[in-house]
Amino acid sequence: MKSPSPPVRFKAALRVWQRNATVYKRTWKLNILPNFFEPVLYLFGMGLGLGTYINEMEGMTYIQFLAPGLLVSSIMWGASLETTYNVFVKMNFDRIYDGILSTPVNPKDLALGELLWGATRGTIYGGAFLSVLFLFGIGLQWGILLIFPLLFIIGFLFATIGLLFTSMIKEIELFNYFFTLFLTPLFLFSGIFFPMSQLPAGVQLIAWFTPLYHGVELSRGIFNHLWDVELLGHFLWILVVTGLNTLIVLRAIHKRLYI
Amino acid sequence: MTAGQPIITANNLTKVYGKLTAVSGINFQIEAGSCYGFLGPNGAGKTTVMRMIYCATPLSSGRLIVNENNVMENMTAVKAEVGVVTQDDSLDYDLNVINNLLVYARYYDLPRDQAIRRADELIEFFQLGEKRGENVRTLSGGMKRRLQIARALINKPSILILDEPSTGLDPQARHHVWAKCHELIEQGVTLLLTTHYMEEAEQLCDRLAVMDQGKIVIENSPRELIKSEVSAHVVEVRGDGNHRDSILAAVGAEIDFHEALSDRLLLYTSDATQLYTQIQKMELPLKMLLSRPSSLEDVFLKLTGRELID
Repeated sequence: MKSPSPPVRFKAALRVWQRNATVYKRTWKLNILPNFFEPVLYLFGMGLGLGTYINEMEGMTYIQFLAPGLLVSSIMWGASLETTYNVFVKMNFDRIYDGILSTPVNPKDLALGELLWGATRGTIYGGAFLSVLFLFGIGLQWGILLIFPLLFIIGFLFATIGLLFTSMIKEIELFNYFFTLFLTPLFLFSGIFFPMSQLPAGVQLIAWFTPLYHGVELSRGIFNHLWDVELLGHFLWILVVTGLNTLIVLRAIHKRLYI
Repeated sequence: MTAGQPIITANNLTKVYGKLTAVSGINFQIEAGSCYGFLGPNGAGKTTVMRMIYCATPLSSGRLIVNENNVMENMTAVKAEVGVVTQDDSLDYDLNVINNLLVYARYYDLPRDQAIRRADELIEFFQLGEKRGENVRTLSGGMKRRLQIARALINKPSILILDEPSTGLDPQARHHVWAKCHELIEQGVTLLLTTHYMEEAEQLCDRLAVMDQGKIVIENSPRELIKSEVSAHVVEVRGDGNHRDSILAAVGAEIDFHEALSDRLLLYTSDATQLYTQIQKMELPLKMLLSRPSSLEDVFLKLTGRELID
């Protein structure tokens, strides 16, 4: 007998998003502070320390080169944490999903709600990061407004990747692999700290298939007014992969939770 | 739905997980406004039946109609009308008592003002007023169970499912939960519960399905089950094997039937006084001899050859 799979409903997903927002309203004061320290540490450590030895990189100061990429990486970490560890605990330890799924909210709605929330958390991380950059005088220009929808979309993309991994594992320890063997290499080899042209052609080709690289290039383009058609290519890459990943992960969560 | 009409109908309901057949082609019908119970030991398939009714798991085969909706075709509509109290506490520990209710109300798209009114009614009904703004962690086991029931009622469901509602509760908390269940039945809610406590089944249920190994062994009202399946009285004997043999040899012809358990011998009869005196007169050094009215426990034992709680 074929299992039913009702179509995802945005309104029901919003209810799950609201649930997380209600919890966050109580806890944000406790956990938002590190989000401000992190960029300060990076900018001092990398930008001001290492930056004094580097006069310019691809025609900009090292901080101008570095900051846009770090911003995108903060979204990656924020959104990934949300749909990995936090979702895993809600799904397997706290049994919160058992309660939610006995209401009209279905597994796919639940998954979309968590994706939207992961993107929101990523945007909050990114927003904190950005505000620190502004304090340093970086990125203060009108074009920067374009960065906000981008923060959300990149957050959503990483939320889908994290949730897909979460849907596949039964042991929380396995997230170590995801963070160490997937996210950390992305962080190091997506052109945040040095231009991709430094790397062998083979690595550059691999990078094209990974998500953070396109986010970094887009962000750097917006920060430094490097408008060209390549930027559009990066944006389309992110849109298409986010869309496909969303379809896959909604199905995966439905299969995991409705058995 | 008017009282007395079928609100849940299951035909050939089956659930298979891999090689395990959890529920094996069962049929039942539950009347609106009644309290229906599934009695059976752990692993009998009770919880799986409940999970199919509230659409937490799909059917492997068969047909299940809840409130005129097929669970395999219209799960969103089914879930809107069914309140669920799961066996494991599924409260939201990141939220306080009132927010557990209000956040839950949002899943049903209840307007905010209506949700607040309903939540406060339920907090009062379940006597949780003092804990309104407290974290769920600070609640006692009985309070948590009451909050779970309150949460399940937030959308005024026509059916309330309680999976082992009093397991793990102390006797006082258990009676409190039962009292609230009685009130809900009076309000016209159809109650559906699973239990392995025969006292709970006898206290609450109009009808009972006795389940064992994925099948319904028998179904009737608790009173009829006892009347039709076992004799009115039981004489229980605790003693060693030799004593058992001599007792059976002496009274075997007069009793209706007997069950030999690992620690006890149960003798079923319509005239307990005579049997009791007769055994007493044998003057055996028994550890225990008692006479009691027979119960659902005896029905279960007779039908399955096993005790309810292992």
